[in-house]
Amino acid sequence: MLRIDNLTVDHGAIRALHGVSFNVEKGQLAAVIGANGAGKTTLLRTLSGLNKASEGQAHWNDHNILHSKPEKLVRHGITHVCEGKSVIPELTVSENLELGSLWRRNRSESAQSKREVLELFPRLGERLSQRADSLSGGERQMLALGRSIMSKPELLLLDEPSLGLAPLVIEQIFQAIRDLTTAKGLTVILVEQNAMGALKIADVGIVLNLGSIAASGSAAALKDDPAVRAAYLGF
Amino acid sequence: MFELINTLLIGITAGSIYSLMAISIVLVWRSTRVVNFAAGGLALASSFVGAAILEKTGSFWIALPLAMVAGAIFSAFIEYFFLRPLLKRSGDQGAEIFLPIIATLGLLGIIKTILNYIYGDRIGALPPPLPDKGFVVSGESIALSPMRLLILGIVLLLMISLTLIFQRTNLGLSLRASSFAPEISRLAGIRVDFIRTVGWAISGAAGATAGILQTTNGSGSVSPESFEFSLLLVFGFVAAVIGGIESLVGAVLGGLTLGIILAIILMYVGGSLVFIAAFLILILVLLLRPQGIIGAKGGRRA
Repeated sequence: MLRIDNLTVDHGAIRALHGVSFNVEKGQLAAVIGANGAGKTTLLRTLSGLNKASEGQAHWNDHNILHSKPEKLVRHGITHVCEGKSVIPELTVSENLELGSLWRRNRSESAQSKREVLELFPRLGERLSQRADSLSGGERQMLALGRSIMSKPELLLLDEPSLGLAPLVIEQIFQAIRDLTTAKGLTVILVEQNAMGALKIADVGIVLNLGSIAASGSAAALKDDPAVRAAYLGF
Repeated sequence: MFELINTLLIGITAGSIYSLMAISIVLVWRSTRVVNFAAGGLALASSFVGAAILEKTGSFWIALPLAMVAGAIFSAFIEYFFLRPLLKRSGDQGAEIFLPIIATLGLLGIIKTILNYIYGDRIGALPPPLPDKGFVVSGESIALSPMRLLILGIVLLLMISLTLIFQRTNLGLSLRASSFAPEISRLAGIRVDFIRTVGWAISGAAGATAGILQTTNGSGSVSPESFEFSLLLVFGFVAAVIGGIESLVGAVLGGLTLGIILAIILMYVGGSLVFIAAFLILILVLLLRPQGIIGAKGGRRA
């Protein structure tokens, strides 16, 4: 279970997150939605160790995860996929995938994970020896997701996987995220601008506004809440 | 005809040594975005270690690998205890572009001063381990000697090993990933800080080899104020830039190109022009093909 208490993060003089507290149960997919600048990306970057928290606590499986380096948190099952198709363009598709499992130092388990990824995204299998910059936007997002699976995550932090993708591709990616969560029993925090799409596949939803939680609850309830719809879903 | 072939042979041998120095510079640039002027000082210090071991053991074959190890340790030490804390503290204050340059220039001075203090006027002898008298082909002695052949062999062996390490091993994948995208690499679980130190260590070993080969191919002895090493550093840099500063293959091509052009100038124009010619080539490359021989089409990456 992920427990976040009173999390506060500053970027210099600007307070990006202000006293944020929420829990996510194991196996749940939580959608974090909100406008630009609401603190969604900061939240993920703090949980994965890229940003420093000023105050508050965050625990994953009763381990305090603040003040740890990202490479250490990966070893505790926390994997973060950054915004914008986070792949290394100069490396091949295969190398991008293998990168995620290097720390496991176990060839047979890594090969097993690779087979799972290629089963989930067969298109990557056709392009293994190509450089990642030859892929389409959707394929790159698949590759970024695939690499995170290679790290054998328990808590997956996804930052705007739908960014810049065609509607049909977004649907595929969202479906893949939902399937993965269920099949592997992952806990997922999905940060999205595409609030409607994210709430459709999520179990719970958290609405951030200017660094604080504006609303939270089951995804279905949030989706139908007239106040949330008007303020954050745009209809 | 003999003269041209000899000139080419001399150029290729010297160029292969510049290639090693260029590799040393490129490796540090790729792993930490630091322009490492201290590389010349590290090569010098490692060569003194090599000379000391040669004096004790009498064997070049023990001195060279141990000098490489010493170079790797010196280089990793400097990265870990000097540059890493410095870069962490500098942050984004506008000076972070100059900081590593000034720092490595300062280090170069410090290393030379320390060597001067230890060795003073004494020199370290690194004579050629093999005869450097050219093979005789159809009655004429050519510029290819057993020693030159050995230099080419050592450089080739190192380049093949480096290529295998970078392209075929997990360490190589970590090194490449960390240099292209440190943040993504961290999130994938790579210990980027450690990998950077390893990158510096490999650079130090390459620099040590360049230093020792430069000495045995040249005067046969090192001194703290060695002009040979100043040339090695400058030509290594020019070669790295010609090659595109990002690429190991580029560093090799840059080194060989520079070596051959300089040898031709030395033979047919005049020795006093070699230094100027190196800079002229550098300026021409920066004007005509700023991304280097091997470089992204989009131009130089910061």
